[in-house]
Amino acid sequence: MVMEIVCPAGTPAALRAAVKAGAHTVYCGFNDETNARNFPGLNFNREEMREGIAFAKSHGAKVLVAINTFPRAGGEEMWHRAVADAEACGAHAVILADLGLLAYTAKTHPGLRRHLSVQAAAANADMINFYGTEFGVKRVVLPRVLSVPEIAAINKETEVETEVFVFGGLCVMAEGRCSLSSYATGRSPNMNGVCSPASHVEYEDNGGVLDARLGGYTIHRVGKGESAPYPTLCKGCFSAGEKTGHLFEDPVSLNAEALLPELQKAGVTALKIEGRQRSRSYVAEVVRNFRAAVDALDAGRPLPTGMLARLSEGQATTTGAYKKTWR
Amino acid sequence: MELTVGPNQFFWEAERWAALYDDLAAAPVDRVVLGELVCSKRLPFYQDRIPQAVETLAQAGKEVVLTSLALVTLKRERKLTTELAEAGALVEVNDLTALAYLPEGAPFTVGPLVNVYNETTLAWLAEKGATRVCLPPELPLSSIAVLAKAGADLGVAIEVWGHGRVPLAISGRCYHARMHGRTKDNCQFACEDDPDGLDVHTMDDQPFLAMNGVQTLSDSYACAAPHVAALEEAGVNALRLSPQSSGFAQICGLYRELVDGTRDARAITAEIQQVEPGHSLSDGFLSGARGVDWSGATLH
Amino acid sequence: MPPSDAPIPRFPQPLALGLRVAPLLPMSLSLTVYARRIAQSHPGLFKRLGEYDSTPFVLDPTDLPIVIELQPNKGRPSVRVVRGAGQGEARIAGPLAALLGLVHGAYDGDALFFSRDLVIEGDTSAALALRNAVDDAELDLSEEIARLTGPFAAPIKQLMAIAERRTGVSLSRPEEVDLW
Repeated sequence: MVMEIVCPAGTPAALRAAVKAGAHTVYCGFNDETNARNFPGLNFNREEMREGIAFAKSHGAKVLVAINTFPRAGGEEMWHRAVADAEACGAHAVILADLGLLAYTAKTHPGLRRHLSVQAAAANADMINFYGTEFGVKRVVLPRVLSVPEIAAINKETEVETEVFVFGGLCVMAEGRCSLSSYATGRSPNMNGVCSPASHVEYEDNGGVLDARLGGYTIHRVGKGESAPYPTLCKGCFSAGEKTGHLFEDPVSLNAEALLPELQKAGVTALKIEGRQRSRSYVAEVVRNFRAAVDALDAGRPLPTGMLARLSEGQATTTGAYKKTWR
Repeated sequence: MELTVGPNQFFWEAERWAALYDDLAAAPVDRVVLGELVCSKRLPFYQDRIPQAVETLAQAGKEVVLTSLALVTLKRERKLTTELAEAGALVEVNDLTALAYLPEGAPFTVGPLVNVYNETTLAWLAEKGATRVCLPPELPLSSIAVLAKAGADLGVAIEVWGHGRVPLAISGRCYHARMHGRTKDNCQFACEDDPDGLDVHTMDDQPFLAMNGVQTLSDSYACAAPHVAALEEAGVNALRLSPQSSGFAQICGLYRELVDGTRDARAITAEIQQVEPGHSLSDGFLSGARGVDWSGATLH
Repeated sequence: MPPSDAPIPRFPQPLALGLRVAPLLPMSLSLTVYARRIAQSHPGLFKRLGEYDSTPFVLDPTDLPIVIELQPNKGRPSVRVVRGAGQGEARIAGPLAALLGLVHGAYDGDALFFSRDLVIEGDTSAALALRNAVDDAELDLSEEIARLTGPFAAPIKQLMAIAERRTGVSLSRPEEVDLW
């Protein structure tokens, strides 16, 4: 089986670009707090979603709608409407994280396929099976804390399909369980669908030395000519004890291209690309690479490599937790 | 309002760990949650002291609850969590894995590291047997009020983060080990040197976070004292106090006076500030803005 | 997309010097007409700006001695070409080729930003909204120009023709290829 390429789309144009570049599946969200990439200028209104899904279907691709923030107490109606509208727009599945929303969807939209978002951080087979039994979850997006052998072990113990991140931004914390952003800015991935939001970012250029602040905290200082990572909290530069540096994670992005054969052997169903905030050109470029790679893998040809570095944050990549030494 | 002591988040040597619970037996708190929350590698160092601590606390009339780990991934951790669920004690679920192992219908409590953001989630947990939920620290007062009301209807006690460094994130990676150039599997227990976590500063040398193995906490100590009246009015049943290496018994006593109404919030807040003058305090999200914000300074 | 190691072309110096003395008013008027034409043919662009649909932007082609002040005006945009720093709440600065490449989807904004070919100042959120909205609009500036008529068409057509010839920057949207 060819592994499925699951590709991000922040805009209708990116969705079309992804489909044309060979994505089997595209994931996207509505333009409100119901999805975890609630960034300015991004995402789909209802009409765009309907059209986008129709476009994908006409090209043989599927669309997943991410409704993966945690509904606000007293305001759950917005999330319930998102689920109903995703179904009405013809989504192949919804990607959910919240227990309550999963229970609601399983009960009121039983025919709508449910995927478990990485935001639910289901990191072992027991928990994944629990979601499968309780809510009929058909696929889980694995949190980025697992090594390849652990993923293989999970697949041996569950019928639920697994989808893993292979390229793009890398959360170093267990997703859906991180309040760093709201601590510094009041806006969080879980509640608002944003992390280290641009509205709280300030850059200051002092004669070529560029400071980046988030919520008033200076978490990057780079010299002239050095690349300038976006000030995402967990990839900031800090000092503790005698050490100064990227104490949590370097400003690297994930590239598991070289691990595709191992991931296939580990029984992974789908490969996910991060980056709904990235441009349509980025999306098309990454999809083309990964589609060529999985097709090569399927045909027993050698993998093309090393084409994606410039698209990466800070222009350096890591294989992340897939290699155990990352921990 | 009741007082619950949360599990010690840090790595203390066994003597110190046991002494905390001896002290708490005499402290004016209603409930103590104990066990290893953050890292399964720490547990063998004090595991054999747990039965005695449970016994001492129970005899002192405290309700005792055992916590699950915050992030269960390894086989060994899954086994540990199964054993916990089967031990027969009241379990605080801090990773949903523990819920998967609990016998059908058995009562349990839910800790602050489980995402309970809304009424439907709360109702689902109640149906599963949850009797008490400590809400995620990230929730603003408006959400707490809605959930406290829902909790009252469902018969679920609602608890909020009352005092201590706020748990902000959990990871598969150990930052203490990484800082010392080691991997998690060969960490040599670097976190043991920091009984309240290791201070993390920004590039401007501003205190910001605290590192605690695989966990990241706030630098500031959340202090709900200025908001206790509002929490009470919202129907919150308990405050959670998180152990710190010094002055903790005193902290427990001050919050007791506050929830009993024997002294007012302003006096208590000022005195909490004096317990460890080097600690900066924050509202820990209760003021609805940034977690780091502190309204106590302007309290009248 | 250009090969990953291709440098971003810079606007030729002699032409840039010419702009130092060129009259700016005709250019401002032309660009306003041009922007309104785009707003008409791509209504989604300004709608996508959301809460930033009235935020004044400064677009700063760093290899030219001018900057462009863009006032989206809720879909009735106006453009002013000025010398100096310009005024606005969000500034996006970079070589003209990079700015045009963004519009045409030839470059990825994040990648340009990480490599510091693109610099954002002021309201970062507004700048991202503009970038995302423009990326979605799939603009083809040449096509838009070809549709321009009237008194203000000539200066723009001239400028763009020179720019394309001298910098080698594509002013048309690259052909999308159906690979599968």
